Amino acid sequence: MKKSKIYPWYFALGALLIYSVLFVLPSLIGVGYSFTDWSAYSDELHYVGFENFKTVFSADEDYLKIITNTLSFTFITTILKNVIGLILAILLTKSIKLLNMHRCIMFMPSVLSTLIIGMIFKSILDPKSGFLNTFFRSIGLDFLAQKWLVTSELAFGSVMAVDIWRGVGYIMTILIAGILSISTDYQEAAAIDGANAWQRFWHITFPLLLPTLATTTVLNVIYGLKVFDMVYALTNGGPGKATTEVLYTAVFKKFGTGQYAVGTALSSVMFIIMIFVGSYMIHIMTKNEVVE
Amino acid sequence: MNIKRIFQSIFSNVLAWVISIICLVPLLLIIVNSLKDKKAAADMNLQLPTMPLAWENFLTVIEKGKLMTSCVNSFVYSIGSVVLCVLFASLAAYVLSRNQTKLNNLLYLYIVLGITLPINYVALTKVLMFLHLNNTRGGIILLYTAMQLPFMTFLIHGFVAKVPVELDEAAVIDGCGSVKLFIHIIFPMLKPAVATATVLTFLNTWNEFVSPLYFLNTTEKWPMTLSVYNFFGMYFKDWNLVCADILLTSLPVLIVYLLGQKYIVSGMTAGAVKG
Repeated sequence: MKKSKIYPWYFALGALLIYSVLFVLPSLIGVGYSFTDWSAYSDELHYVGFENFKTVFSADEDYLKIITNTLSFTFITTILKNVIGLILAILLTKSIKLLNMHRCIMFMPSVLSTLIIGMIFKSILDPKSGFLNTFFRSIGLDFLAQKWLVTSELAFGSVMAVDIWRGVGYIMTILIAGILSISTDYQEAAAIDGANAWQRFWHITFPLLLPTLATTTVLNVIYGLKVFDMVYALTNGGPGKATTEVLYTAVFKKFGTGQYAVGTALSSVMFIIMIFVGSYMIHIMTKNEVVE
Repeated sequence: MNIKRIFQSIFSNVLAWVISIICLVPLLLIIVNSLKDKKAAADMNLQLPTMPLAWENFLTVIEKGKLMTSCVNSFVYSIGSVVLCVLFASLAAYVLSRNQTKLNNLLYLYIVLGITLPINYVALTKVLMFLHLNNTRGGIILLYTAMQLPFMTFLIHGFVAKVPVELDEAAVIDGCGSVKLFIHIIFPMLKPAVATATVLTFLNTWNEFVSPLYFLNTTEKWPMTLSVYNFFGMYFKDWNLVCADILLTSLPVLIVYLLGQKYIVSGMTAGAVKG
């Protein structure tokens, strides 16, 4: 019996068609439109060469700041989510009472809508009447009651902190699965040989966890580069000029003002970066699948 | 040594509680304040609401925030994309996993690459307009399907490999056609993966608001997440109402999370951890 007859190709047609037309095609024609003066104000399209990319990478515009913002958001949240996630994962693989309840609660922020989380934290971080500052004042730590989202020094840090609060449970859950997949024999053998807890972590758990940490890192990088919801809900790029602006919020603003060509050029820059990051990610993910 | 152990155990337990409470505070704030009157909710603190509880907040929100329409929309979008996404993803995953020719492996990588790729929303308007799908419910459902097909295909693909091929062979020998084989033999075997894909697609669609933000410009078509944000913009001084609205919008997510936690965790960690 021929395989192609039992497993006909047209079974995959629906997925391929929807995915290609509504996902891949826009990205490809988007690259094409980046070389035009497409906007909401004129029906005619003209070829303008690399003009839009020159705008994006020129020093007198805010775009370079936006790109650095996106990169530093990605870098900082990736590191902190991994570190805190790892600490939480180690904590929640010990013999603690109500272990599953704690895991369930800490994972919960990852399933809630980011937009809604943003709204809630806008209230919590309100400098005057917000829950956080009221709490700090009530326990006598007035100096910690800062103007979280509204000053340019603290806004970006606040956004990242909320995003770490939201995303760390997911990273923790993956790392817990990673720690649990390590055979306990190694730990026991090392304990018999007199290794202390730190030595056991550093020489056994950590090296064996590196592949999982590679995956969480790439997941965080992909999320960070594409971040939109959190920034949109908390600061929408402000305060002031592009303080917390990231790529996707900038694209949305260009869309709103009808400057489609610059918007699609920004998207295309991201598309090119993501093809490289993405190929590496897929390499890791499908490799694991084969081992399974 | 023993005292040190006990001390460590107390420390770990206390730490776990502190972190869990930090994770719960925002949710508690919402629940508590949704039951207060406007004046008491203005401070957004954790003080318990005074009796009688302000249940009427919920009624006000349903009426003023037009929650009924947006709730129906959210369910239509979520269920629509779950059906399409799970169906097409499992069909594709099944064929691409069973018949691993060079071309099929390439097609699989092509689909899976979509897990990481960003969407070009600006250029997508052109495509949607060309297909007459801009500002339509069907367009949004298809868009959500397209966005989530890559991950769901990946998820189910890993599972198809675990279903023994001998089942297919036996069925074919008994005279089963390829369509019948899939519907009666394979699809039922994929139940755990399909359950995970269903729960994840539902949650993702329910929480997503970016596509409606770009492509749905009539409020009657907005899903709950977007209308709650809009409501927040109009009634930002009435935190009791905003909290009630947030709670109603998050309720389906919380229920699905608590019931389907097993599936969510297994799906979201799929491919991240070996074996």
